[in-house]
Amino acid sequence: MTLVASRDGYGSALVKLASDPEIIVVEADLGKSTKSQNFRKLHPERTISLGIAEQNMMLVSAGLATSGYKPFASTFAIFTERAFEQVRNGIARPNIPVHICGSHGGIHTGTDGSSAQSIEDLAIYRSLPNMVVMHPSDFNSTEQLTIQLAKTNSPSYTRTARNKTPVIYDEDAASKLQIGKGAILVQGGDVAIIACGVMVSKALEAAELLSENGISATVVDMHTIKPLDRNLISSLSEQCGCFVTAEDHSVIGGLGGAVAEHLVENCPAPLERVGVSDHFGQSGDGDELLEEFSMGMSHIVAAAQRVINRK
Amino acid sequence: MQPRWGTTVMSSENESKEGISSIGELLETAKKCRRNIVEMVHRANAGHPGGSLSAIDILVALYKTRMNVDPYNPDDPERDRFIMSKGHASPAVYAILHEMGFLTAEDLTTYRVMGGVCQGHVDMKWTPGVDFSAGSLGMGLSFGLGTALAATLDGSPRTSYVMLGDGELQEGQVWEAAMAAVHHEVGNLKVFVDRNRIQNDDFCENQMRMFDVAAKWTGFGWAVHECDGHDMNAIVESIEWMDSITDRPAVVVAHTIKGKGVSFMEDNPSFHGAAPNDEQLLIAMEELE
Ligand SMILES: Cc1ncc(C[n+]2csc(CCOP(=O)(O)OP(=O)(O)O)c2C)c(N)n1
Ligand SMILES: [Mg+2]
Repeated sequence: MTLVASRDGYGSALVKLASDPEIIVVEADLGKSTKSQNFRKLHPERTISLGIAEQNMMLVSAGLATSGYKPFASTFAIFTERAFEQVRNGIARPNIPVHICGSHGGIHTGTDGSSAQSIEDLAIYRSLPNMVVMHPSDFNSTEQLTIQLAKTNSPSYTRTARNKTPVIYDEDAASKLQIGKGAILVQGGDVAIIACGVMVSKALEAAELLSENGISATVVDMHTIKPLDRNLISSLSEQCGCFVTAEDHSVIGGLGGAVAEHLVENCPAPLERVGVSDHFGQSGDGDELLEEFSMGMSHIVAAAQRVINRK
Repeated sequence: MQPRWGTTVMSSENESKEGISSIGELLETAKKCRRNIVEMVHRANAGHPGGSLSAIDILVALYKTRMNVDPYNPDDPERDRFIMSKGHASPAVYAILHEMGFLTAEDLTTYRVMGGVCQGHVDMKWTPGVDFSAGSLGMGLSFGLGTALAATLDGSPRTSYVMLGDGELQEGQVWEAAMAAVHHEVGNLKVFVDRNRIQNDDFCENQMRMFDVAAKWTGFGWAVHECDGHDMNAIVESIEWMDSITDRPAVVVAHTIKGKGVSFMEDNPSFHGAAPNDEQLLIAMEELE
């Protein structure tokens, strides 16, 4: 199994996009970490360093975007939040296509501790009109979806992860992905597990274990949280009749929240949310923290068994 | 670098007012702290040695000669406050808190370990003696202004000390707080800027030029001094100077070397946030004998 961090997929996408002269990279002293430095090394003339100043970065990007450029601005997920109001009023409200990437999302970020572990970014950006919100699961899907962003005319927020995780898609499979369309990775009729980011590989492991116990699960990589693939959720509601969501994010307002909102309004079905249950993280190894916070593979399995009993 | 002010030199002979460490003792303590910093980061195989090593001489002088804090009563409301705004320099804070009796040697081994007292970034909810939960740059001066204003409201002599990184100065919030502190004539707020000329990705010169840092603070109306942040005499005198300013906030721009004390880390941006390997640990420990 190959292990690569999804943030490397972002860096790789920027390099692939570079032949478009309108692509411009904007940094806030975390290019080494978000991997925008891959682009900087090749195109220093189209990389703008703004120092440790995220609020400034957002509006500089907006200015560039209204002047014919396609800005890709990145920092840690948590520090994009420092500029939340700038994103809200300066980017989302006038609907300016600035592409924001927040790396180091979730508690899987690890030993840096709670100040660096964003567990609310998907929720807050999802609440903004006009925004596309994504959290891809591996290197190749992050690369592919980031490349697609350059063609969209909406502002976007993409969360990547710090640590290495399994590569789920080969290049061919990744090329079939589409912003706004969930990807079905495993088909099954007993329960639908909808996951994003680092939790997708955990969901795949969980589905395997479930199938050994005679339970067949569908696994969806819901890389786009907004716009949510509502049609897919509706059809899975009919097909499976119950859901588990799995995300390295607060259970409030993120993927679990989005799926819950759609289900209650349109096609009610029991749902169990696996995620951070309304508390902050702490230092520790990423996978160790997922276990500690009841977000490991076994917890997805248990949630699936619980939710099937609620059908 | 020569300090621009003052010429008195304290020597290890001219041993101090009562209970206050001599320069020689301070230097010894700083060396012990440096060893602990390097060991913590090595053990965790992650963390921020560079900005911890540049800041440690100041922390040692401040805690050993000035700070009114009590390891047996870490939450004493009348304690002085120390706010490490560049919260990634947590190993420096843990090292001096160990010397002051707040943390055991065992506690230091929990740096970045799940459930450990010593979190990756300083955290007031986890560590006795830590006054501020940092990790997001640019917030500490505002917090320090709050604790200073509270002391004034209480008619208390307690003082708030804040340490800022030079890269951190790029955050706009720092200057919002700087402006407010002068507006409110806050005389019990004292700041150290760790001017090591390096930030995360590279030298400040390449990321965001800082030009004359002292002039910026002067422009905002602060009382300003500069010193060599590794000259213990100069640091002690700077602290005395700060304490003599009571009508407005005071800042010492301390010129430092990132990674100071470990040759291969000195002035090297790659050791902002990287751990030494086993071989490098041995070299570092030899140099810090
Ligand atoms: C708001 C915010 N943005 C970005 C970061 C990531 N970061 C951590 S340390 C650092 C560089 C800090 O440089 P400086 O303030 O000079 O600290 P020092 O050199 O003393 O380590 C950066 C950008 C952060 N912690 N907080
Ligand atoms: Mg610095």
